[in-house]
Amino acid sequence: MKINVLAFGVTKEIFGSGLVSLELTNDATIYNLKYALEQQYPRLKQLASYMVAVNNEYALPGDTIHERDEIAIIPPVSGG
Amino acid sequence: MSSTQIILSAETLNIQSCISWIMSPESGGIDVFIGTVRNATKGKTVLKLDFEAYEPMAISEMQKIAKQAFAQWPVQKVLIHHRTGELQIGEVPVIIAVSAAHRDAAFDACRYIIDTLKQTVPIWKKEAFEDGDVWVAAHP
Repeated sequence: MKINVLAFGVTKEIFGSGLVSLELTNDATIYNLKYALEQQYPRLKQLASYMVAVNNEYALPGDTIHERDEIAIIPPVSGG
Repeated sequence: MSSTQIILSAETLNIQSCISWIMSPESGGIDVFIGTVRNATKGKTVLKLDFEAYEPMAISEMQKIAKQAFAQWPVQKVLIHHRTGELQIGEVPVIIAVSAAHRDAAFDACRYIIDTLKQTVPIWKKEAFEDGDVWVAAHP
């Protein structure tokens, strides 16, 4: 399946775009997504940490991704 | 919910209107936290800050924090306003206001809200220094 990934802050700079597309297997998890992204954008591994949000909620590594989910990479937040 | 006001805005935050909104005859105490843009980080001059937000999720995470504050303390109203975009030194990126019958709940909830916002709400700031820009907390 093809998924779109939103990026913000430092990850937008790493991806060179606020939105990237990715091909994943149909039963892919957050863990698989992170692995695929890190292969394509090795600078992700230099971040202090980063989370993935699915449909506006923080997701866990084992959570499954579905084709129409809104997926976003959340680098370390620094609001306030 | 009229007891909660959450706003993410590209416009200047209005401190007085936040205080007017939070005041009510039932309140015995109001606690207000105002974050301001500081002119230096670790001794290095900061020129300005740039805030970016994942807006729908930032709003929903701020709503969760407000809800948790109501669950944990006897507070009456909660207000969270946060800026996006470019801010100059001395400008206000965040205002938290909490009202309660008694001051302890207002102080504790206000502290909880700003501390949790900094940990969970998807908003990012970039500091502009004389020798370049840095996304705060991005790298170890």
